[in-house]
Amino acid sequence: MGRKATDERIILDSSIQYQQQRQSEKNGFDELSRGDLKYLREGHFPEDDFEPIPWLMYYATIFSYFVLYVFGTLRDVTRRLGLEKVRSQIEEHRKGYPALYKSFDAFYTRNIYRPIRDCWNLPLLSVPGATITLRDRTSDNYNWTFRYLPTKTTYVNLGSYNYLGFAENEGDCADQVEKCLESNGYSLCSSRHELGTHAEHREVESILASFLGVDEAIVIGMGFATNSTNIPTLVGPGCLIISDELNHASLCLGCKLSGAVTRKFKHNDMRHLEKVLERAVCYGQPKTQEPWKKILIIVEGIYSMEGTIIDLPRVIALKKKYKAYLYLDEAHSIGALGPNGRGVVDYYGADPNDVDLLMGTFTKSFGAAGGYIAGKRSLVNYIRATSFSFAYAASMAPPVARQIIASCRQIMSTSEGEQRLKTLARNTRYFRKRLKQMGFIIYGNDDSPVVPLMLYLPSKIAAFVRDLMDEKIATVGVGYPATPLTESRVRFCLSAAHTREMLDMTLECIDKVGDRLHLKQSVRNRNTSEEILY
Amino acid sequence: MESLMEYGEYIYSVPSKFAFELSLVAFAVWMWKKNLAESNSTRKMTDQEKAQILANFTPEPLCDDIPEDHYALNPRIVSGRIGKRITVNGKDCLNMATNNFLGLSDRPDSNEKATKALRNYGVGSCGPRGFYGTADVHLELESRLAKFMGVEEACLYSYGFSAISSAIPSYSKNHDVIFADEQVNFAIQQGITGSRSTVYYFKHNDPNDLERLLRAQDERDRKDPKKAKNVRRFLIIEGIYMNTGTLVNLREIVKLRAKYKCRLFLDETISFGVLGATGKGVREHFGVPNSEIDLIASTLEHSISSYGGFLCGSSFLMEHQRLCGLAYCFSASLPPLQAVVTLTHLDVVSEDPEIMEKLRENCKKMQNMLMEGLTHLRTDSHPLSPVKVLVLSEAEDRVVAEEKLNAIVTFAENHGVALTVFRRLPKEELLEHPPSIKLTVSSLLTESDMKSVVEVLNEACSQL
Repeated sequence: MGRKATDERIILDSSIQYQQQRQSEKNGFDELSRGDLKYLREGHFPEDDFEPIPWLMYYATIFSYFVLYVFGTLRDVTRRLGLEKVRSQIEEHRKGYPALYKSFDAFYTRNIYRPIRDCWNLPLLSVPGATITLRDRTSDNYNWTFRYLPTKTTYVNLGSYNYLGFAENEGDCADQVEKCLESNGYSLCSSRHELGTHAEHREVESILASFLGVDEAIVIGMGFATNSTNIPTLVGPGCLIISDELNHASLCLGCKLSGAVTRKFKHNDMRHLEKVLERAVCYGQPKTQEPWKKILIIVEGIYSMEGTIIDLPRVIALKKKYKAYLYLDEAHSIGALGPNGRGVVDYYGADPNDVDLLMGTFTKSFGAAGGYIAGKRSLVNYIRATSFSFAYAASMAPPVARQIIASCRQIMSTSEGEQRLKTLARNTRYFRKRLKQMGFIIYGNDDSPVVPLMLYLPSKIAAFVRDLMDEKIATVGVGYPATPLTESRVRFCLSAAHTREMLDMTLECIDKVGDRLHLKQSVRNRNTSEEILY
Repeated sequence: MESLMEYGEYIYSVPSKFAFELSLVAFAVWMWKKNLAESNSTRKMTDQEKAQILANFTPEPLCDDIPEDHYALNPRIVSGRIGKRITVNGKDCLNMATNNFLGLSDRPDSNEKATKALRNYGVGSCGPRGFYGTADVHLELESRLAKFMGVEEACLYSYGFSAISSAIPSYSKNHDVIFADEQVNFAIQQGITGSRSTVYYFKHNDPNDLERLLRAQDERDRKDPKKAKNVRRFLIIEGIYMNTGTLVNLREIVKLRAKYKCRLFLDETISFGVLGATGKGVREHFGVPNSEIDLIASTLEHSISSYGGFLCGSSFLMEHQRLCGLAYCFSASLPPLQAVVTLTHLDVVSEDPEIMEKLRENCKKMQNMLMEGLTHLRTDSHPLSPVKVLVLSEAEDRVVAEEKLNAIVTFAENHGVALTVFRRLPKEELLEHPPSIKLTVSSLLTESDMKSVVEVLNEACSQL
């Protein structure tokens, strides 16, 4: 037996050493001992990548906002002079009241967002799978209102969060949901604490707990509300939340509602996290200097705008060192990462019990709706008893619960599920590598199925999205306020449902559009002749 | 130079003022020094000291222990479909506990349509509204809701709880003032907390108390008219209060709204689809014009027996919601099949307003029976409310009362009537509510059903 075990040990040790060495070279961060990282899964973990903005691009972006501002102001003047028709809504019956909105927001919406509004909110007519069918629409008044046309167009879908391809209207999952609709109906009209706990909830919660490898789990009817209604039950005044600066709006709202003090650390920067933690423990609460009642670290698995993957082993090590608690939001990573699809915990081979609260949503990989919280029995029971959603909001509808059960089972125990995980991982690496080879600036981690391609100039959002729409490819452009002012980007979400042909076709189009819009700004060395294998 | 001379003269003429200004400067310098000293002291901590503090740091546990017999850990399990009857823990009971007021939760045609939608859209929409999460049925539902409510525009949410709690902070900011009824439901309370505005609660349904608060606000504003120009006032009320089952005194409140220039937000969680000839809620019931109310919020999880929530009002307000409503922008949209169910049910209600009439009839009958028939329980709910809040007629200690009510619910369940204790989180609520039973009325009930409920309740009470 000895030989094999020793071999494995050596491989594991060398991989850990390699990891540490690389990391410490990167940022001089070598305070964590080897023991702290003991459960790193073997293999190569790519790093988050942020190629800095080219300086010319930076000034061009600032200048383009300046131009937008000048022209916006000009148009506002012409509107005031009556030379241009005012199409903004005006509040009626409330004359002499203080204005309802701040003027800057209205300026931004009116003059910058409005002209490119056609890039969002396109009406969906089909299942959001590998391809997507959208209703055609047109505007006769420069996007102030839309007119829907009777025609429709099918696009390759790189916009929906359908990581594992469970957005399906046929197959085993849909069949099970149909049966469930037949026997359990579509609505329970009650909260979990009153009379809204259905047998389906029991089943989904037990299967989820075993999928995640923890004692217990609970499900809630909306992913956003899972964060915003449960964080306030865990922390309150006298507690400290340490939150990644790029955390999702639902987490920020939860923090705000809790009444605890919130401090931020730089995105995925473990040295800064340690600094904030050390300060918090050593100096306690401001003014009184009393120690904090509890410290809760809140991070996400995959960041949906950056495509980065959290450095979980180090977060866990820091959390243990500083006796803090850890809340991990796996909204985008559950199903999308790890050899078994169990999210970022599985990806690093960490112990799920080292994370106090595992949170995630079903809207993405599972093709359903709602969210979950999982962890140790005592903790989940506490949330069961005190969650605002359990006490006051409607419980999850049975067919939605059934979709989760069916997709979860498929991931856990069928070869088809395994195939989905593998295809997604392969698609992700292939797509990202090809884009980088072409010379685009791509943010994030090579293993993350969220792929942001940097555009920088706000006007390029519309140009890029429209050009790809013409090529029958649906993507999502994101700009301020969802990103920093100078970092407008387009985001691709990969799926296990995409075939290689689709990806190749898409890459070809992106290549073409990229040339036209001068998006290949990367200054990195790259081997353009190397063939990237699928 | 001249101004300096003037200042010199000023010092000479008003020494007391000058002394005050000097002391202010001295105070500022002192604070600065103190801050500097503090930041120095933070720098001085040695590694050893830090290690010592870390070793001594013992945070509280993340959560308290919940006793094993807590109701949330031992929920009653519902199985199969729910409708007039409900299967609780395997026993078939008369359903007097779910918010299925119009009895729409068990319709074969809705099921058929939901299945059809499933076969077209799948279950989830896999994205927020902006990013390919807007199905055509969402748009159809929004315009249908606007038409149903007789307003310009409606905005659909994927969760009833999130609609109003997301709406309030998107309009009311930290320097604004909110006036709210003290009995508002928990979702509104969360919205108010999230807005960080100054809030004044007025006594439940008491316009005089509201006027007192509004007058006090006027007084404050008069002192600082410059600031007051930008302070928005919001008035937040419910149609039928979920906590008490009482009906809002809308006409009086609307008068005060106009007089004191507030914007009015109305939550119709219970009253939507219940009150008014066509189900528009309290606005229609009292004949109040649209212009009086700025925003209406409601859920689709109660009378409409589907899922989600919505806001409606003028396009001026709704447009803002689509860009600034957090739970609208950053959440996945409602599964299209649930939107289809809602559409079907709105059609049912519009085509046959009789069922709402039947519901109101039942509410009144039930109220009469409860008022006359009950021996140990009483209710202060409005006759038209489909939610009847029953409390013990004799005041009891909280723990004893809760035990008694639990016993009544268990007894009723064993005798074929499904009821529920009104579940709240006392630690989180604004007010302390007496323990109560929440009895819901649906349009499917017959007179004999209601009679049997009162009988069972009385029997249960006499067993205690």
